[in-house]
Amino acid sequence: MVHDKTIGGRLFDGAVYVILFLVALVTILPFLHIIAGSLTTVDELAQKRFVLFPTKISWDAYAYIFSTNTIFRSMLVSIGVTGFGTLFSMILTSLMAYGLSRRDLVGRKQIMFMIVFTMLFSGGMIPTFIVVKSLGMIDSYAALIVPTAINAFNLIILRSFFQSLPDGLEESAKIDGCNDWGILFRIVIPLSMPAIATISLFYAVTYWNTYLPAILYIDSADKWPIQVLLRQIVILASGLTADSSGFSGDFVTPPDQTIKMAVIVVATVPVLLVYPFLQKYFDKGALLGSVKG
Amino acid sequence: MKKHDLRRRILKNKAIYLMILPGLLYFVLFKYFPMWGLVISFQEYRPYDGILGSDWVGFKHYQRLFTEPMFWTIFRNTIVLFLMNLIFFFPVPIILAILLNEVRLQAFKRFVQTIVYIPHFMSWVIIVSISFVMVTMDGGMINEGLDAMGMQKINFLLSDEWFRPMYILQVIWREAGWGTIVYLAAIAAIDPQLYEASRMDGANRFRQIWHITLPSIRSVIVILLILKIGDVLELGFEHVYLLLNAMNRNVAEIFDTYVYTAGLKQGQFSYSTAVGFFKSFVGLVLVMSANWLAKKFGEEGVY
Repeated sequence: MVHDKTIGGRLFDGAVYVILFLVALVTILPFLHIIAGSLTTVDELAQKRFVLFPTKISWDAYAYIFSTNTIFRSMLVSIGVTGFGTLFSMILTSLMAYGLSRRDLVGRKQIMFMIVFTMLFSGGMIPTFIVVKSLGMIDSYAALIVPTAINAFNLIILRSFFQSLPDGLEESAKIDGCNDWGILFRIVIPLSMPAIATISLFYAVTYWNTYLPAILYIDSADKWPIQVLLRQIVILASGLTADSSGFSGDFVTPPDQTIKMAVIVVATVPVLLVYPFLQKYFDKGALLGSVKG
Repeated sequence: MKKHDLRRRILKNKAIYLMILPGLLYFVLFKYFPMWGLVISFQEYRPYDGILGSDWVGFKHYQRLFTEPMFWTIFRNTIVLFLMNLIFFFPVPIILAILLNEVRLQAFKRFVQTIVYIPHFMSWVIIVSISFVMVTMDGGMINEGLDAMGMQKINFLLSDEWFRPMYILQVIWREAGWGTIVYLAAIAAIDPQLYEASRMDGANRFRQIWHITLPSIRSVIVILLILKIGDVLELGFEHVYLLLNAMNRNVAEIFDTYVYTAGLKQGQFSYSTAVGFFKSFVGLVLVMSANWLAKKFGEEGVY
């Protein structure tokens, strides 16, 4: 767009910048408040209420939450589920996406329809629960991974990406004596690293954030991922919840605000750490998904 | 001859079928088996007898559904939250994308985008936890602020009136920025000559947005609107469940949370499956009608 220097144009520009700046500020302030709050002393937080820059950094809240092994164990569960889950999902998703990207495959259309239909209609919570239960997965870590292993959206994004690679590549590889597995692992996947990375990160974030499968399928508290524990500590501690599945282990009395904030930070930080990597790719990836999905 | 040809084509791709197999198995097991499992809504399902051993009761659970007062409460709550999504949330990403597009300072644009995308990657537990910490009665900054200004503290978490505003604000906070991606891409595809021509004709910035930007992204808006309507009953179990409590149940209980409590907590498997079936079915009908309507009006539709 060419610069427009009329008074109206400048006022318009000014308003746009101010509004967008405020939007960004409102989005980020709560996060900053939580991070700063987790680093202040209980007294300072009680005095000032809203802290953005603690006068004295205090790690007490973190020291406290890591003094018991409840949080530590949950973190380990979440890390494990995220690692294995992402790997498992990526293997299933890329194999299927590559297969379905092959135009000469008989039955391709029917399988695609079958996948898209699951995005429009589902059996719902109870029948799925019954399936998971009859597979003997209740209260196992597998229940946090296997029932949600493939995301139809991600599958379609990856398939579109594979399809956009030039056909000639595969043909010439075939002439050179490469079989289908070779084509996938030596040509298609190396050429699709941006897409593979994006989808992996999407899966990783989903597994880190996993909550519903955990409350549906996991009974023992020592297998809870961090998100469930976070709910116990912050939301249940306010004494106002839907159900009264009691309080776990070490947090018998309602914890201080600073401790709640520290737990939120601990559950958030891993996502914030991968965010810069994520950001490099997701414009393209998410776009493909939302337009073609 | 033709059959022989088909067989050859299938055999030639043996390896490919092998690659698809695990994924296919996944969809059959975890998506299509549960669809078949919907038959338990016509049974008196007993877990130890399984689907094959339980007695058939016909439409008993569906009759109960339509006579149960609680059913109509959750029906109303679901519709209200859906309409709020449509009215208050849906336009926000469009407006944000148009504003972002008007920014010429690329660094500033990227800065705003980077920040407004972040909440999308936070779980609902985190989003709800952050709001809890901020609005709680004992020491939350919002209530302390109200107190400092000499106003009454408000019990945001335990009230009928504040559930809906909190719900929608959290939705906007989490998803508005992320929602701009698609619109920004659509705007980027607009031919710049259109803007130049309109400027020649004396259109100011508002008129350019109104007559060029908006009409150009209309089909994208329609597609996303159809998808949103398809989500009518998918308001997010996690989000609502986290906000739900004994004091706001009247306005907060929706289909998903009801299925969870009635089904898994109280063990009424068949009845809550009927509730879930009703929900899925209405969602399917709605998205198909919206798609049909869009096509009628000359738009592309989703499929």
